[in-house]
Amino acid sequence: MVETVLRYRTDEPVADPAVTVDAFAAQGNATAVRIEPGDDALALLPYLDRLALIEVNFPSFADGRGYSAARSLRERGYTGELRAVGDVLLDQLSHMRRCGFDSFAPDKPISAEAAEAAFATWPEVYQQTVDGRRPIWAARHGTKDA
Amino acid sequence: MYQYDQHDQAMVDARVAEFRGQVARRLSGELTEDQFKPLRLKNGLYLQLHAYMLRVAVPYGTLNSAQMRVLGDIADKYDRGYGHFTTRQNIQYNWIKLADAPDILADLAKVQLHAIQTSGNCIRNTTADHFAGAAADEVADPRPYAELLRQWSTFHPEFDYLPRKFKVAIIASETDRAAMRLHDIGIQIVKNEAGEIGCKFFAGGGMGRTPMIAPCIAEFVPALQMISFLEAALRVYNRHGRRDNKYKARIKILVHEIGVAEYSRQVQEEFAHILTLGLEPPPAELDRIKAMFADPGLETGLSDDLDRSDPDFALWVDQNVHAHKQPGYAIVTISLKPTGGIPGDATADQIRLMADLARDHSLDELRVSHAQNIVLPHVKKADLYRVWQALDAAGLATPNLDLITDIIACPGLDYCALANARSIPLAQKITERFADVGRQRELGELKLKISGCINACGHHHAGHIGILGVDRKGVENYQLLLGGAESADTSLGTITGPGFSEDGVVDAIEKVTDVYLARREGAERFLDTYRRIGMVPFKEAIYG
Amino acid sequence: MSAKIKIITGNDLRTGDVIWWTGEGWSRHVDNAVAVDHDADAIIARENARQVVTDTHVIDAFAADGTVRPAHIKDRIRALGPTVRLDLSLKPADPQAGNWVI
Ligand code: HEM
Ligand code: SF4
Repeated sequence: MVETVLRYRTDEPVADPAVTVDAFAAQGNATAVRIEPGDDALALLPYLDRLALIEVNFPSFADGRGYSAARSLRERGYTGELRAVGDVLLDQLSHMRRCGFDSFAPDKPISAEAAEAAFATWPEVYQQTVDGRRPIWAARHGTKDA
Repeated sequence: MYQYDQHDQAMVDARVAEFRGQVARRLSGELTEDQFKPLRLKNGLYLQLHAYMLRVAVPYGTLNSAQMRVLGDIADKYDRGYGHFTTRQNIQYNWIKLADAPDILADLAKVQLHAIQTSGNCIRNTTADHFAGAAADEVADPRPYAELLRQWSTFHPEFDYLPRKFKVAIIASETDRAAMRLHDIGIQIVKNEAGEIGCKFFAGGGMGRTPMIAPCIAEFVPALQMISFLEAALRVYNRHGRRDNKYKARIKILVHEIGVAEYSRQVQEEFAHILTLGLEPPPAELDRIKAMFADPGLETGLSDDLDRSDPDFALWVDQNVHAHKQPGYAIVTISLKPTGGIPGDATADQIRLMADLARDHSLDELRVSHAQNIVLPHVKKADLYRVWQALDAAGLATPNLDLITDIIACPGLDYCALANARSIPLAQKITERFADVGRQRELGELKLKISGCINACGHHHAGHIGILGVDRKGVENYQLLLGGAESADTSLGTITGPGFSEDGVVDAIEKVTDVYLARREGAERFLDTYRRIGMVPFKEAIYG
Repeated sequence: MSAKIKIITGNDLRTGDVIWWTGEGWSRHVDNAVAVDHDADAIIARENARQVVTDTHVIDAFAADGTVRPAHIKDRIRALGPTVRLDLSLKPADPQAGNWVI
């Protein structure tokens, strides 16, 4: 089955459309924002409490700034929905998930089954990121159960 | 040497499976070339001038004999009987079929090798001092740190789509044998006054069309914070590196444009944040890796005696053998630069022979040097003569290390789709012109490096004599550079003036060496004389 | 007399071999290449869609007496093979073959 949005959260989706960073700053009550590759994700830190959805746009799959934006936001306490939108490709999903994205709205739809297979690409991981997966070094030394 | 455990093995096996699926999707038409290209590149598979080219990683340049043997077998089984060792310590095969690529990766995985991240805008294979663990001048063996880095950078989820490729080199001595400061990040393992091991970080070096020498961005980062610091350095680059222009996308441009101080400040800020996250592997992990490198099995109490009665052998020892930290041992460099040969190329048989010699005489270890030669790092002096005889019989005993014929040359227009001019035929002509060993030794240390285009894969900026191939109205043309270096005293070469034809450049090199011989003082190397007298006398001789 | 023409080249998707459009299919020998015109884009689109070739593109060449000589040295080396390994080129028996590319 092909979905337009792949979502891996149990809470209710935000109904409001995501607005640009500028509009978000001006509105004062918006709960959803969309950031572009050049935007400073950390500028959203003061608003994390009221934000329920942050969309990170990938105009081109090759522009990887969104990975850092996502992971930085998660590391600093954002727990709302983090959605990768745009030129998001199947072979990128597992890395995106590791950087904290928990929903995906690819321009070219991806089936839920294909996405599941993509997430299962790596049986283990070397790095500790923000997805709670236990890195190989922790498995080796019995430290840090995630 | 490092040995995979089941975790490492599972990761490379997963990669083989993933790539097998991707190739199948490409062959079935599910993936277009545009979609497939970045995926194959992340597995080192290029489309070059004549066929697919596969670049296999040799992590920090270290191989055991079983791995080397498989590299030879792959050349026979899937290629045309040879491979090309590169300045990035990797090996490239030039005639690969797409459908075979997953099988090759599977063969490699069986001996703990892979082609992961040997291309693409990600963290590339980490390079290291090719004498690591054998040289006497090291603070520590840099390879355990390189292995930690290999694991951390493998499938790093945040840094797979950087603005541009990212190359890290690591050394642990003041004598830089890895061109460390010409990398995106260079790490020098150092000891502080308290005797603790740490990393001195350099950032923003590189060659290409805008060569730059990396400045130091952190004098001392505790070794157990190396990964956290790298996370910070890469993240700042990923955020702010330019993406509007491919030629300005390397970290060197970012460091240059915002300044070392500002880049370092941002890295320190991010570093402080990352340290709070506790994502550094624990000390036990570094200890586990170190234990595997600690003792390759060196014996003690061996004699340093050597029978030098065979003059050819003695010549080779003088030129290609270095002192080892352990008495009774020596470091042997096998030159892949015979007169008239193709720099860095070795046949499948030669590769297997080198594997056998490593197994029997070098505690099972080999290294690939960035100068495109192979190193046997732990040879008993008592075995040297036998090793030399075996190498000599296979055409592998050219006594020319660091001499004018020990040329670094990129594949150039004979193989490379980006080239402007051929590099290899020029290297062949130069080695033929200077074939006389006595003459080469009279010239002494002279590092000659050739690139077929401005990308500088052949390190021409860092050659004592550098040559750059350019395209002059559809005709191959060569520019000459003098005064580059890539050791502790790294410097960038200067172009002499108008370019030359292939024969013209060989003549010009001869004139340059004549000026050196006439003007050198005492024990000056070519580079020293050049630095003392400057470009003018050379220019006059070449163009006058 | 040689005539300036446009020809289509690419690589075999599976083997990576350098290939030239012959009007009916693909050949490894550049002398079999035929001149194309405004039909080039259509041929490329059709052939790409068959998923047997990759990196297809049009280049300049000169045709004379049944031979075809690509205008650029890079394409001449593609047509021949590496000049430093003529044994692996398409003309292994001709030690002078390398001169053709210059
Ligand atoms: C044959 C296919 C190859 C291609 C398409 C290729 C491509 C490139 C490009 C585009 C650059 C410039 C990067 C930049 O400035 O941003 C570069 C740099 C470099 N490549 Fe290659 N290269 C190839 C082969 C090699 C080989 C065979 C070696 C080793 C002998 C090598 C080692 C390097 C090194 C050392 C640099 C310069 C250091 C740097 O600034 O990254 N490459 N290559
Ligand atoms: S320097 Fe240029 S010609 Fe040489 S391998 Fe690199 S890209 Fe190719």
